[in-house]
Amino acid sequence: MKQLPKEFYAAMEELQAVDFVLVELTLYLDTHPEDYPSINQFNQFAKERRRLKRVVESMYGPLQQYGNSYSDYPWNWAEGPWPWQI
Amino acid sequence: MWVYEKKLQYPVKVSACNPMLAKFLIEQYGGADGELAAALRYLNQRYTIPDKVIGLLTDIGTEEFAHLEMIATMVYKLMKDATPDQIKAAGLAGHYADHGKDLFYHNAAGVPFTATYIQAKGDPITDLYEDIAAEEKARATYQWIINLSDDPDLNDGLRFLREREIIHSQRFREAVEILKEEQGKKKIF
Repeated sequence: MKQLPKEFYAAMEELQAVDFVLVELTLYLDTHPEDYPSINQFNQFAKERRRLKRVVESMYGPLQQYGNSYSDYPWNWAEGPWPWQI
Repeated sequence: MWVYEKKLQYPVKVSACNPMLAKFLIEQYGGADGELAAALRYLNQRYTIPDKVIGLLTDIGTEEFAHLEMIATMVYKLMKDATPDQIKAAGLAGHYADHGKDLFYHNAAGVPFTATYIQAKGDPITDLYEDIAAEEKARATYQWIINLSDDPDLNDGLRFLREREIIHSQRFREAVEILKEEQGKKKIF
């Protein structure tokens, strides 16, 4: 199992925080679909998430598969640590 | 389809090995008001619910799987260094005899998960009231587990999950109002 650099933990937490905003806005917009400022905020955080995903993946490897992330050589999707092992 | 993301929704930490707490927590894994029941309940109801609520049931149902993974992580971390003696002292000898340290979908008393925990009545308001009740029951369960736990790191994660139940309950209450409004409109036209 690969060793994760110290910076990984802070970056992962930042991604979790941004994703929390996104999940909250998702559920809120499901019942308030015409709230324009909230949709703007959602799109702004969606963009920030794309940036953070790349930062985390540069230290951790792919966060998603089925083509949603690129792979290094050798295939590093199935490589630990998995979330419950961190 | 669903796409797995290799990340927890919220960081899970435990202070120490504690199989007794794992025993309580398994209630939210395979219990009547646990995360598995919640995910299966919402994702099953969504196929026939009115269109305005499908998105909400899909998204909350999906979030429940992230919570299931957090509970599993808590149980795994609380159990992984436990000795057979500690497992016995925690009242988990029966679980250990059948499953070793594997997780299993049963409640805190060892009763296996059953589909009878969830309902699908074919009536949108009835189904949403069931969903609101399920969230409130899960919130209460988290509170009882927090009361039983002396692990501050674990409680941080449990408090996050307790708050999510409140949000889900509130969103479902809004969904009820949306459907009532729709039904009202039909009468006018």
